[in-house]
Formats: sequence, structure tokens, C-alpha cells
Amino acid sequence: MPEKKKQKDYKALLKGREYIGVDKIDGPLVFVSGTHPVGYKELVECIDGGGNVRPGIVLESSKKMVVAQIFQGTTGLTLPSTKVRFTGEPLLVPVSKQMLGRIFNGLGEPIDGGPRPPGDVELNVNGMAINPTARRYPRDFIQTGISIIDGMNTLIRGQKLPIFSGNGLPHNELAAQIARQAKVSGQESEFACIFAAMGVKHDVARYFIRSFEESGVLSNVALFLSLADDPSIERLITPRTALTLAEYLAFHEGMHILVIMTDMTNYCEALREVSTIRGEIPSRKGYPGYLYSDLAEIYERSGMIKESGGSITSLPILTMPNDDISHPIPDLTGYITEGQIVFEREMFGRGIYPPVAGLPSLSRLMKDGIGEGMTRKDHPHLASQLFAAYSYVRDVRNLASVIGEEELTPLDRNYLEFGESFERKFVTQTFDENRDIDTTLELGWEMLKLLPAEELHRVTEEELEEYYY
Amino acid sequence: MNERIVGEVSRINGPVVEAGGVKDGMMFELVKVGKERLVGEIVKLEGSGAVIQVYEDTTGIAPGDPVYGEGIQLSVELGPGLMGTIYDGIQRPLEKIRDMSGLYIKRGIQLPSLDRDKRWAFTPAVEKGAAVRGGEVLGTVQETPRIVHRILFPPNAEGTVESVAAGGEYTVDETVAVLRTADGKRDISLMQRWPIRLPRPVEARLPLDAPLVTGQRVIDTLFPVAKGGTVAIPGGFGTGKTMTQQALAKWSDADIIVYIGCGERGNEMTDVLTEFPSLKDPRTGRTLMERTVLIANTSNMPVSAREASIYTGVTIAEYYRDQGYHVAVMADSTSRWAEALRELSGRMEEMPAEEGFPAYLPTRVAEFYERAGRMMAKSKKEGSVSIIGAVSPPGGDFSEPVTQHTKRFVRCFWALDRGLANARHYPAISWLASYSEYLSEIGAWWENNVNASWAKDREEIMDVLHKEARLQQVVKLVGPDALPDTQRFVLDVGTLFKTAFLQQNAFDKIDMFSTMEKQVKMLHIILSYWRRGAEAIKRGVTLVKLRKMKVNQDIIKMKYTVPNEDLSELDRISDRLERSFDQLGALYA
Ligand SMILES: Nc1ncnc2c1ncn2[C@@H]1O[C@H](COP(=O)(O)OP(=O)(O)OP(=O)(O)O)[C@@H](O)[C@H]1O
Ligand SMILES: [Mg+2]
Repeated sequence: MPEKKKQKDYKALLKGREYIGVDKIDGPLVFVSGTHPVGYKELVECIDGGGNVRPGIVLESSKKMVVAQIFQGTTGLTLPSTKVRFTGEPLLVPVSKQMLGRIFNGLGEPIDGGPRPPGDVELNVNGMAINPTARRYPRDFIQTGISIIDGMNTLIRGQKLPIFSGNGLPHNELAAQIARQAKVSGQESEFACIFAAMGVKHDVARYFIRSFEESGVLSNVALFLSLADDPSIERLITPRTALTLAEYLAFHEGMHILVIMTDMTNYCEALREVSTIRGEIPSRKGYPGYLYSDLAEIYERSGMIKESGGSITSLPILTMPNDDISHPIPDLTGYITEGQIVFEREMFGRGIYPPVAGLPSLSRLMKDGIGEGMTRKDHPHLASQLFAAYSYVRDVRNLASVIGEEELTPLDRNYLEFGESFERKFVTQTFDENRDIDTTLELGWEMLKLLPAEELHRVTEEELEEYYY
Repeated sequence: MNERIVGEVSRINGPVVEAGGVKDGMMFELVKVGKERLVGEIVKLEGSGAVIQVYEDTTGIAPGDPVYGEGIQLSVELGPGLMGTIYDGIQRPLEKIRDMSGLYIKRGIQLPSLDRDKRWAFTPAVEKGAAVRGGEVLGTVQETPRIVHRILFPPNAEGTVESVAAGGEYTVDETVAVLRTADGKRDISLMQRWPIRLPRPVEARLPLDAPLVTGQRVIDTLFPVAKGGTVAIPGGFGTGKTMTQQALAKWSDADIIVYIGCGERGNEMTDVLTEFPSLKDPRTGRTLMERTVLIANTSNMPVSAREASIYTGVTIAEYYRDQGYHVAVMADSTSRWAEALRELSGRMEEMPAEEGFPAYLPTRVAEFYERAGRMMAKSKKEGSVSIIGAVSPPGGDFSEPVTQHTKRFVRCFWALDRGLANARHYPAISWLASYSEYLSEIGAWWENNVNASWAKDREEIMDVLHKEARLQQVVKLVGPDALPDTQRFVLDVGTLFKTAFLQQNAFDKIDMFSTMEKQVKMLHIILSYWRRGAEAIKRGVTLVKLRKMKVNQDIIKMKYTVPNEDLSELDRISDRLERSFDQLGALYA
């Protein structure tokens, strides 16, 4: 027992001690032996030959060896000259409202030439699990002005709703349009956007900056950029840094925060890279078995809480490798988020913007945020009827491709016409077209008028009376 | 304080911590790690080393940190106060944690699971001098307006009652009886502990004989589960696993619901927490929260506590079963539990079997579902535990290990279909891929209680569905017009049954729940449409005529228009249907 005591103090004393020389460097990982007892996930500072400090965290700690992951990569490090300092603290980021309007790297260091904004508090970048009893169930309808979203896959304040896209599809345009147009009717409150870029190209970042600039909101946006030519490992920390600021602004400052994270696929690949180097047993497609939990740590940071009026709504964007929705990245994301907006290449090819696939897209929080007193009382039934009819269109199209359109029954031909109009008039809109919810719902009824009343089982007689006949 | 140090940390790898210098650690012993005293459990012992699964975030734990032994196995506290409470995976009360640490769940919080200050009105049921055995009823406490909590002697207690407290108010840890046992005196309180990984003993396993009535038509009528039965609900993301489980938690006729959110969304637990206290049980008129215990170990909470959560839940369920209740356990999702096993196993560097899962996965799955059943408890009361487990197969592909192994150990399978979910056919339970092995066991119940011809009716409508599925294959190639009216009529009836009966909207005030009586009447209407329609076509009535019958619209909408409390409109629809056919028949006579 006295021996233990001594060791404890010793540990405190050794905190911050620097070690010169490391045993092994493998990809982003640095292995050091012969250290004092080092805490799991504590902050490491790796100092290269030129004296530059590169932060990292401890991934594994034992008496023999400490393994640390260095966020800015290990390029240029040597075994004998690298110095490692263990700080004894977790990785903290300073956050404050003054960070809005600024551009940072993935670790929260400014890269726009300006000085480091003062931090009000320093918060653990990994966050902590929100107590489910402290959450407030999200139910405020956000009008995005985009019919296929507002009408059929309604976005709710505090929701996490990803865009499942593919390379070359207009997900950035849609995300920017949502950021520009999103509004909650009847409520004026402080709104800000936080943008986290992981492994995307410079022009994507520039596109968003310009779009924020043009709509005059740039001063309300904080950008965290870890671009394609930055060390891939920095992508692992970028969304966490961004969300730490988001949590602060939402839950301490009471602001409404929209978080756009792109591209989650690059994030997952960086995670796979580290896992592979560590020799972990992979699950599907080489991704680590804990990919689900890791993504959940990020996505679950959105929501609303009882103590504060603020909210975090997140819009992660990911490109589905090979347009395959069953790939582990979209698959595990879909298992965590509250629905998904799925893009379809075929619709894009036909010139439809936004190319949102009607059937696989879903908003799970929609049920509590639409209807009387929120959008309009016919909304739930109307949406359900549009889904049902559109899903039958798929069957008719398949049939038509086999037996020919001429052979279809008149009713089925009605459905074809409905499907065509639905995609061309209801779904399709321009980049700057902002439709209010009534316009969207009216348009939905316009579409249903192409079908006979007997086909509309999901709406009531009264609704038919009011909107259909 | 009497502290026992069992060893010191030698390595930390996520939630798996290795300790060295271990002399007297016990398998599955509850331990506390480091100065923050993080809760852990010894899962392996080898020489002077131990592997510890830590139930909280291990950030900052360093080699050399002490490991304290608690001398007991990881257990739950069982007693009054469980009902209506929300716990984390190792039974820490989340509301209380919030009072202490606010928005976030801080580490190292030590809180008893059951409130130590609350006093419960206890009524004794044994007298001094009585010879009692473990599991027998000592007395009762009215836990909620609808649940009488029967205080049981702990399963391993046996002896003569030396004294028993008078009726009155007691806290859970006050002695209410003293038992003279072979090893001396033993104090008994309102509360007992039980290790979560050990099934509670029972007198006997009983055959299953009654359905768990769920109010969901596709389940009750086509794929019913028995009280004490086991079900898996596999389905890709967004196909309706959680909705189905919530519907059962709301409307099933279980006495008690244990709802385990195992590695799923925080908001879903919040949803239950906000909704259940205001929802009324149609059978008792009391709020649903009064019969519900929630275990929430969401996806962002520590993965090892996720592994423990389903055992915590099922142990609580067994405890109420032993009091003579029918308990239904919802585990959402067992795949996340299996993944927690995989992650822990990987970090312990065990040899993986399929897809990285440990070789003992099937054993664990089997052990879990074996805790379900209808039992004669040691209290001589009959109770049951039904387990309904969601399975989340990667990519929605049912050939993966967790779905496959689960399928081996459950007897009812509600397969959720991506196509149906995308078409917004809810519940997306596939009538072709699902099955129930309880049909014969609960047949007698159906016949005696609701519908004497249930088995036959069910078979008849299932036959229509299978015929329809085969014909759809043909239609895909040639279109429906190439088929004769008799076959197109099968398609019509299939569609009618799917739209009017199988689809059930969980958000519609009337449709969200159907009594057995409503289900039977609805089924009979559709079956008479089928029987009489087929007959009419044989006699030359055209399909067009059948489709034009006015009553069809009434049938399609009957689920929304006819409330459970007053089914007379269904009789009228039925009459109208018969008359429509009579008229058609007259035309062709
Ligand atoms: N019976 C139903 N009635 C109406 N809508 C339903 C029904 N079942 C499912 N849905 C719809 O499907 C959505 C997804 O359902 P649910 O959350 O139960 O999926 P899940 O299978 O649990 O998905 P995950 O695996 O991602 O948790 C719901 O938000 C709801 O919109
Ligand atoms: Mg679910």
C-alpha cells in the first residue's frame, strides 16, 4: 500500500516529461517504450526534428509500450530524434463564439491567417455520452424549401439526417441549398452553421465558402478543413473538433446549429487505415468491428436537450462506394442516423435535381413534426399516399419495360403519368428555388389528381373533399 | 473502509484492461478500476494476471493504477422501485445520474439502483415459525397502481421464519424478516441481489399455451408468439424493428415490459420516456410507464456495458416472472450486443470464428433465449418471460452469423423486408419469409377464446398469399391481362388483404392496435370476399363487376374507420358484402 502511494506521486511528477527517441513508426502510429505510466487516450505531443509540435492521442498503454496516433501524420519523423511528451490530459479544444466566421484545421487551429480566437472553455474533443433522460425529443419542423424533403422526408430540428450520395452527384449543392434556405417558421433565434470537411478537394471547400458568402452568412459559419492533401489521420479528429464547438454553441449558448460533415467515407477510410496498421481483426471489407460504435460517437452528438433551447441538426454527407447502399459505410450510418436522403444516379442522368430517390429515402422524425399545428393537417396522409402511389409506379415501369406501354391498363398508364409528373414537377426544382410548405403540399395534391379517387386509400374523404375534387 | 486491492493495471486497450499481481481475484467478480473507481468485471484469470472488462470510458487509466475487488459478482438489485425507472446497462439509475452530473454521464458515479430513502408500504404474508423455501412469497408491496410487487425470499434462502415485521412502511434495505437457516440467522429485506449472468431458478418449465396478444394483425393472426416464447425480428436499417418492438411494448397483453435499448439511438429512449407516461393501456386504463422498466445503453455509451445490458434486462424480467407475472422483454438490438462481444473478444486477442465474431457467439445467443419460457416459479405462481429480439444484419443480408445463429434458437421469426418498407407497407413483416412455430401450441387458445376456425382461416389466407406470390412472377413477365379472371382475382384478393389487413399504421389513432375480435371480423370479411368472389367468377361474373362493388372501398378503409370499442360497423360491412354478392349472383342465375 505505501508503495502504491509513492508510485502515484511519481506519476504526477512525470507528467509532461519528454522522451527522446521512439521505438517504431508505422503510418500514423508511434510506438514508445520505457515511459512512465501513461494514461489511455491522453494527449501526446510529438516533436519533430524541426521543433514542430504534432498532437496525437494514446491508443494503447501498457508497462512495455505506448502506442500513439499522430493526427498530422508522421512524415519526416525519425526514430532517434523524435521527442514525445505525454501531457497527462485528454485532448482539449478551446471553444468560443468568436470562432464563428473563421477557418480552422481539423485540430481547431486557425488557418485563415488570423489570430487564434480566445477560448471561453476547453472541452474534451471526444465529448461524452448524453444522458437519454436529458434529451428533448425533437419535433420542430425545419422548412428547407425543397419539396421532396419538406413534403416526404421532413427534416426536424435536432435530427441527424445524412445524404447518401455518389461521386459526381450534386450533394454539395443540396447541402448548401439546405444551409441557405433552412428556417423554422415563427421562431427567430440565433442560427449558425458548422462545416467539417474530411478529405475533400479544395474546390469543394471553396464552393461552400462562396455559397455562405453569397448568402451573407459566412460570419455565422465556422469551418474545419482537413482537405484531400492533408494527412489522412487528421480526418479522425476533424468531426470531433467541429462537434465540440457545436455542442458548446448549442447547449451552452442556446444556439441552433446545423452541422455539415463531408465526406464521411473519407473519415471511415482513415479509421480503417489505423485499424489495419494495428493489426486488428477486421469485420466487413476491412473496416474495424467498432466502426458502428465509432460513428455513433459522432452522430449521437446531435439532438436537443431539456436544459437548453439550442439544438444540433446534422447533415453528414457520404459517397457510397460503387453507389452501393449496402456497403458498410452507408449501412452502418443508416443504422445510427434518423433516416437518410438517398441520391440516385439514374435520376441525375435524367437531369433531375435534386436526384433524391423516393423510396429508399426516409425521415424517421417526420412523424412527430408534421400535421396539424406544425405543417398542415393533411400532410401525414398526403405524404403516405404519395409514397404508396410512387412505389406502385416502380412496378408499372418494370411491367411496361417487359410488355410495352401500350399493353398497360388505363389505370397503370395513369400511374406512369403520375410518376413522370412527380419526378419532373414535384421533385425537380432549381438550386435557388425556395418553396414554402403550402406550395409543396399543394403540388403534392396536384400530382394525386392524376390518379382516380378510388386509388387513394391513404387519405380521408374529408381530405379528398378539401384538396382533391 | 475495508478495501481489497486485487491487482494493478498493466495494460489498457479500450474497455479491456489487463491487471497484474492478481492473487485472489474471482471469475466475474465486480471490480473498481483506478482512482475514479470505474466499474468493471473480471472476465479472465491466468496465473497472476486478470482481464477486466470495464463498463465506463477508460480514458486516463494508466499502468500501475489499482484494481479494487468487491467480492461479489456483477449483480442487479431487485425490489420495489424498478417499475417506471430507466437504467443504464449495469443498472445505474439514469434520472439520478442526471441529477448528479447533468447533461452528460460522468464516469465513476456510484449510486444504488434502488432508492434507499423511499419507503414502501409492506404487508407481510408469512407468520413467525413458518418453514419457508427460497423464492416463496414473504409479503407484498403495491409498487405502482397496477403492479403488486411480491417480495420473495431470495432463491437460496431456506429455513424457519424467526420474526417478521408488522405491516408498515419500510425502505428497501431495512430488515423485514429474520430467517433461521442451517448456517445461522439471515436478515431479509425488501430488496435482493442476483448475478446477471445466472438464470434465476424455477420450480418447473411449463408448456406454452397462450399467445402474447400484440394487437398487430400480421403478428396475431399470421405469425403469433406464445407467452414465454422467443422471437427474432431481423431487418435492415429503417425497416421497422424498433417500431414493431415499441408497438408490442405499448399494446401487448404482457403484465410487464422490460425494454432494452442496446446500442441504439438516444432519441428512441427519449421517445419512450416522453410517450409512455401519457399513453394508456387499453386493458387497464393505467399509463404504460407503470408497467415498464427501461434499460438504455445507447450506441455512444460504453460498449462493454452494452454487452451486459441484455443480461441486466432479462434478470429483472425473471424476477417479476417469479412473482407470477407475464413479462415481455424487448431487446433492440441483439446485433449490437453481439458486436460488443466481438469488439471485446478482439481486444482480448481471442481467435475469431466467422466475420470476427468469437466462436462462443452461438452459445451466448442460445443461453440468452433459453431464459425465456413459461415457468412454475418457486413462489408456486405461474409466470413467463417472452423475449423479442431485434437483429440488425449488415447490408440487410440474413445469411450473416448473428441472424443465422439467432434463427437456430428462436421459434418465431418476423422477417422484415426492405422492398415492403420502401413501398411503405408497414409493418414490413414478410408473409413469405416469416414463420411461427407456436401455431399448434396456441391453437386451442384461439379456438376457445376468439375464433373456432382460426387455424383453418389462417391456412386459407396464407394459401391465397402464396398463390398470389407465384402469380406475381408470371405477371412480371406477361402483365396481368394475360391471366384469366380466376387468377387475376387471386391477385386482387392478395392486394386487398395486404392493404386492408396486413398494413397497419402505427401512427393512426384507430389502426395502431386491433383487438382480437376486430382482427377476426376483418379476416372473415376478406375471406368471404374471397370465397364468394371465386364462386361468382366461376359462374361467369366478370372481374370488372367485382371490382366495381361499392363495398370494396368500405373494406379497404375499415381498419381506419371502425374503432375497437364498437365493431358493429364491421357487421354491417359484412352484410353489405353478402348482399352485393347476392345481387351479382341474381344477375347471373
Ligand atoms: N407500423 C408502422 N407504421 C408506420 N410507420 C412505420 C411502421 N413501421 C415502421 N415505420 C416507419 O419506418 C421508420 C423506421 O422504422 P424503425 O425505426 O422501427 O426501423 P428499424 O428497423 O428499427 O431501423 P434501425 O435498424 O436503423 O434502428 C419509422 O420511423 C417509421 O417512419
Ligand atoms: Mg431501430
